[in-house]
Amino acid sequence: MSEEAVVDYHPMWAELGLDLPTHDALLGAVGQMYGAAFLKQENRPEGMSYLDFVVSEVHGLRIKELHDFRAQGGKVVGTFCLYVPEEMIRAAGAWSVGLCAGAEFGYDEVEKIMPRNTCALIKSFMGFKLTRVCPYIEESDLVVGETTCDGKKKAYELLGELHNVYVLELPQMKRPEDVAFYREELGELQGKVEELTGNAITAESLRTAIKEVNDKRRALQRIAATRAHSPAPISGKDALLATQVAFYDDVPRYTQMMNALADELEQRVADGVGVAPAGAKRILITGTPMALPNWKLHDIIEKSGGIVVGEEMCTGSRYYDALVPEDGETVEEMLEAISAKYMDINCACFTPNQGRIDDILRMAREVNADGIIDYALNFCTPYQMEAFSVDKAAKDAGVPLLKIDTDYSAEDMGQLSTRVEAFLEMI
Amino acid sequence: MRVLGLDIGSRSVDAVWLADGGDIVDAAIADSGYDPPAAARTFVERGGHDIVVATGYGRHAAREAYGCTAITEIKAYALGASAIFPQAAAVLDIGGQDTKVIALTANGRVADFEMNDKCAAGTGKFLEVMARALGYSLEEMAAASLAAETGLAITSMCTVFAESEVTGLVHRGEDRREISRGLHESIAKRTLSSLARVSAAGPLVFAGGVAKNAAMVELIRAGFKGEVLVPEDAQTVGALGAALSALADIATDATGA
Repeated sequence: MSEEAVVDYHPMWAELGLDLPTHDALLGAVGQMYGAAFLKQENRPEGMSYLDFVVSEVHGLRIKELHDFRAQGGKVVGTFCLYVPEEMIRAAGAWSVGLCAGAEFGYDEVEKIMPRNTCALIKSFMGFKLTRVCPYIEESDLVVGETTCDGKKKAYELLGELHNVYVLELPQMKRPEDVAFYREELGELQGKVEELTGNAITAESLRTAIKEVNDKRRALQRIAATRAHSPAPISGKDALLATQVAFYDDVPRYTQMMNALADELEQRVADGVGVAPAGAKRILITGTPMALPNWKLHDIIEKSGGIVVGEEMCTGSRYYDALVPEDGETVEEMLEAISAKYMDINCACFTPNQGRIDDILRMAREVNADGIIDYALNFCTPYQMEAFSVDKAAKDAGVPLLKIDTDYSAEDMGQLSTRVEAFLEMI
Repeated sequence: MRVLGLDIGSRSVDAVWLADGGDIVDAAIADSGYDPPAAARTFVERGGHDIVVATGYGRHAAREAYGCTAITEIKAYALGASAIFPQAAAVLDIGGQDTKVIALTANGRVADFEMNDKCAAGTGKFLEVMARALGYSLEEMAAASLAAETGLAITSMCTVFAESEVTGLVHRGEDRREISRGLHESIAKRTLSSLARVSAAGPLVFAGGVAKNAAMVELIRAGFKGEVLVPEDAQTVGALGAALSALADIATDATGA
């Protein structure tokens, strides 16, 4: 991407069928949120200027790239969940993008067809679709859903009336037969994406895609590793943003830019340069994913004087911690490896789920966290329920934990600030 | 060095002035009115102090206006309550719009806490609205509750719904004393379950404006497994804690710790 003339994207958005006035209002609001949360931070790494640019063009230049790709016959697949392997989508020659789901938008329309007591993430993605303000879904030739919770499962039925949706079934346990079942589901997905693109997934294309996506994860792992140092060389907000953008951006370009950011952060660590004052309380966040532009909790913590040093979430370690083995010979072997890797991700939708608790405690040690904040969206039953087990395990391990239930609204900001500040004072 | 602690709450602004050694020099309470920062400013301008520390929901505004330090009500109430009762193991603060329960460590620090979320169910504001619905003053409602034989069950804790429910009961000719008792019981029940969730043990210090309500104190005493202590100046415990935190910071700076 180059920073040249200001382009008017309205004709492109109109072509996509976006509701232009509403979409302008959305971009204005996100721009304002971004300015208040990100641009006023002190001593930011220079490498963040790339992400600032990506965000400023998140509905512009990036959409233009998708638009041009499709004009040449390329296919775009939209997803909401880590369990839809992007390696497979790339191997079939399509591009994978995360879909809009991180802001309170279009709820009036959503509540005509869904209960009010639905989690913010689901309401948000339906709101974006119903009010036609998410160019990513409009650029998606196919949306691949998954059965990670009852709300999403039923929401995909409703979304399916408005868009081309395919649902991948995810097991709820991790026994060998469940892993085998997931492997079969990936076979179905393979057929689906091959049919969509007209390209077969070959051993070569899959090997390349695995390597490319692993490289992206390796870059994120490097960034994550620097956060374990004190002082932390990057704010939690900026690191969260890096992970959020990983779901949207062009893979090789993003990987290159994130490696450059990692170089800078490693240099900062060597030089002892940090973004938070010495003694700032170090927080690990765990829980539900934070889709862009959900920066609320990180913002509150860091404006209260703490620093977020890790995210055990899908927009965090669950996304980049594990790699797919790169030594597979055949498509069969590689799909086997992909299914094993993905079934190792510890989402709260699984039972039993001791693995997630072990991950949280391990991460808290690795990033030298002073405390854990467990974040759940209201009405996200799996994470809300699991918060109790996480709390108990953390307390048994001697790590203070604060449970937060919230949504994307600003309504409870004052109350949340008081709780977060009190937690930072306490630890 | 003299210190002013300010608790800028939704219903009142409380001030405590401390001398070097921690002795209370003066204390004052003003209504928050429509302009809590103005009420706070009156205290700041009174002078006689070198440092100001603010707590309460207006703490951030005060920090910006006077450049003072701000601490949360949780920390302030923990510090204030344990200064008055060094044996305290937990603190309950029912204020104008917030209820906080705090479990303390052996040395008086915050071990765990919980506070009500967005709504004002069970706070001082809730009691004010219900008193009005009953045609009582706050003091009359507390007295009526103490005089009641048994309480009438109030099913709603949402302030607006509870107000309609109370109005309905009054129209049905129910005894206002029994209704008052029922209202106090419903708040006590809710508060006691918060205390149980943070595993609060006695002695419990009951502070905040609602601790001046004898009916609430009686019900919390009856339901809590452990001693319940009520400070004489329950409403200024937060302001005292804010002031004490400044003295503690000065002591830390002096020792270089």
